[in-house]
Amino acid sequence: MDNVSYLDYKGKHKGLLGWILSTDHKRIAVLYLVSLIAFFLVAMTFGFLMRLEMLTPGKTIIDPQTYNALFTLHGVIMIFLFIIPGIPAVFGNFFLPIMLGAKDVSFPRLNLLSWYFYIGGAALVLISLFTGGGPIDTGWTFYVPYSLRTQTNVSLAVFAAFVLGFSSILTGLNFIVTIHRTRCPGMGWFKMPLFAWGLYSTAWIQVLATPVIGITLLLIILERFFGVGIFDPALGGDPLLYQHLFWIYSHPAVYIMILPAMGLVSEIIPTFSKKDIFGYGPIAMSSLAIAFLGYLVWGHHMFSSGISDTSRAIFSFLTFIVAIPTGIKVFNWVATLYKASIDARAPFWFVVAFIIIFSIGGLTGLVLGSLNTDIHLTDTYFVVAHFHYVMFGGMGLLFFGGLHYWFPKMFGKMYNEKIAKLGTLIFVIGFNGLYFPMFIMGYLGMPRRYYDYLPQYQIYHVISTIGSWVLIIGILILVFNLLKALLSKSNTTTELNPWGGTTLEWTVPTPPPLENFDVIPTVTHGPYYRPNLIKPEKSH
Amino acid sequence: MSNEAAVAHVHRDDEGSKMGMWLFLFTELLLFGGMFILYASYRFMYPDNFKVAAMRLDTLIGAVNTILLLTSSLTVVLAITALRRNQKTFSLYLLGFTVVAGGAFLVNKFFEWSAKIHHGIYPKGPEMANLSDGENVFYGLYYVMTGLHALHIIVGLAFIIFMMVFIARGKQTGDNCQKLENAGLYWHLVDIIWIFLFPLFYLIH
Repeated sequence: MDNVSYLDYKGKHKGLLGWILSTDHKRIAVLYLVSLIAFFLVAMTFGFLMRLEMLTPGKTIIDPQTYNALFTLHGVIMIFLFIIPGIPAVFGNFFLPIMLGAKDVSFPRLNLLSWYFYIGGAALVLISLFTGGGPIDTGWTFYVPYSLRTQTNVSLAVFAAFVLGFSSILTGLNFIVTIHRTRCPGMGWFKMPLFAWGLYSTAWIQVLATPVIGITLLLIILERFFGVGIFDPALGGDPLLYQHLFWIYSHPAVYIMILPAMGLVSEIIPTFSKKDIFGYGPIAMSSLAIAFLGYLVWGHHMFSSGISDTSRAIFSFLTFIVAIPTGIKVFNWVATLYKASIDARAPFWFVVAFIIIFSIGGLTGLVLGSLNTDIHLTDTYFVVAHFHYVMFGGMGLLFFGGLHYWFPKMFGKMYNEKIAKLGTLIFVIGFNGLYFPMFIMGYLGMPRRYYDYLPQYQIYHVISTIGSWVLIIGILILVFNLLKALLSKSNTTTELNPWGGTTLEWTVPTPPPLENFDVIPTVTHGPYYRPNLIKPEKSH
Repeated sequence: MSNEAAVAHVHRDDEGSKMGMWLFLFTELLLFGGMFILYASYRFMYPDNFKVAAMRLDTLIGAVNTILLLTSSLTVVLAITALRRNQKTFSLYLLGFTVVAGGAFLVNKFFEWSAKIHHGIYPKGPEMANLSDGENVFYGLYYVMTGLHALHIIVGLAFIIFMMVFIARGKQTGDNCQKLENAGLYWHLVDIIWIFLFPLFYLIH
């Protein structure tokens, strides 16, 4: 009874009910995993169709209104249903309690409730497509006054985002209390794995920033139904205040997306470097610093909106400051790799790809953060490229990286590593093929969200569209490789520690039993301590 | 033996429960925080119109409601202390007072809103076309903020009524009353937000 895995135990309910009514953090994580991948594939298909439409100037396959709906839905689904819940909801739920040496999160029932909010929000998004005025066409930012005027079903879609916000808040709240209250004996704050630090910083943003978007979205609904006039310029409101409130949440939200991914990198690198992480303290603190500074830079989304020069200069300055903690992380990761005995297994490939792609994304972020270049590049494909390099190349890539890192532990199955590496390689080639031309055409002046374009941009659009096909092939290889491993019966593994990791999740059975630990562990060392490590002898 | 105690501790973590509640209160503060930012910006943008609009709100009703809420918050605190001293019935009476006072607040609010609506002052109402932009925004904010606050009162009251049932059934006792404390914290939050809403809408002329 004691060692029955979380996949096999028989609770009060059987079959599907045993999953959707389970408060076990591991089962909830799997619920999230399945739903997230489903929505990712849907939004990926929308992206594929958009790129196909952009293959030629004018109409290729769809009409302009459908195109507007597609880029809006691609953004809404990817952001609110995939990257924001993303790593915390899946890997945080599954591994945070185990990494802390706990049996579950602090509030297991709240945890399940957050998944229901997620699914409820997702259902509302789907319903909004077929009711009212049809699919929303405002872009994922819902900017007023257009979102107040359009006949499409903005109210329901925005309400869906509001509900999804609750899901995010509950996860964050749960993780903060879990980290404060359930660490096992001996695990001081600075003996926590760095993934936990990433989740902790993220959780504070989820708790403190999400309510602001909640009230902002609620106001859009009230304006549309009752004509309250808080944002509507025709009634005395100021649309610019909408932008402020929107970005007060949505800028910190990009750190909700990326901080857990950075935490994951800090797990994968020491495991495959076979040594302790370089600069544990700075990496942990830089997560908090990013979370804090992330609140103060929202204005850089509004450089061309007419806000005052003083505030623009301050926002630009603060934006540059955010690059510092990010740089600290990258340098510490690279320093960990220095003189390490690197074992380049499949998960490690994702991390290498991440460091390169994310650095390109980060550095182009500085280009956008400085005032004069931003004026030139605002609302061009350059922004689209930057955003996808940091978000898709950051969180998206690491989502797959984390999945490959923890897949054997989660499901007790091993996938084909060669195919995974091949898929990663194709992913990276396709990714750069898709997004790199966007930097160039954006710099040359191609505006984003436009249905049509001048013939001189076509060559970049063609390369980009071909890149999207390659990328999708890479993603499908990765997904099918994992699915095949999951469904086949021959490759079962019970190996505790396939990669040689040092954190607590590698000490529990594979797959983990219902309550994770028979005996709550006691921790005496840092998370990446290796007792058998041969230290280079010092010269005397 | 010591292991059992550890397990019992995991199942009931009062400290953790309180921390979770505080975090939730932070989210509530920020929800209203967004509204307060809007209020501040528009007050800065339309200082004169805001003054004119505020004159039409009834300070007396506002003051009565303030007293009602403050007293109801006091009785929640007293109820928790009473329960700690195992004075179960007294605790229930005190919470009953809170519910009555909260209900009275809502009744006042109802009459206040009805009077405004009767005069045609509501979004898209007949009187609004005669008012300036700033007054429109003022009343928009007034309805949204006090409406959202009233919604929180209703939730808070439901929360407290549940606690009364729990106390009556012996599920919340002197040694185990973290849920009641959390309900109290929530009620104080509702109270504090009103303490800011009252001067901002009724008193600053």
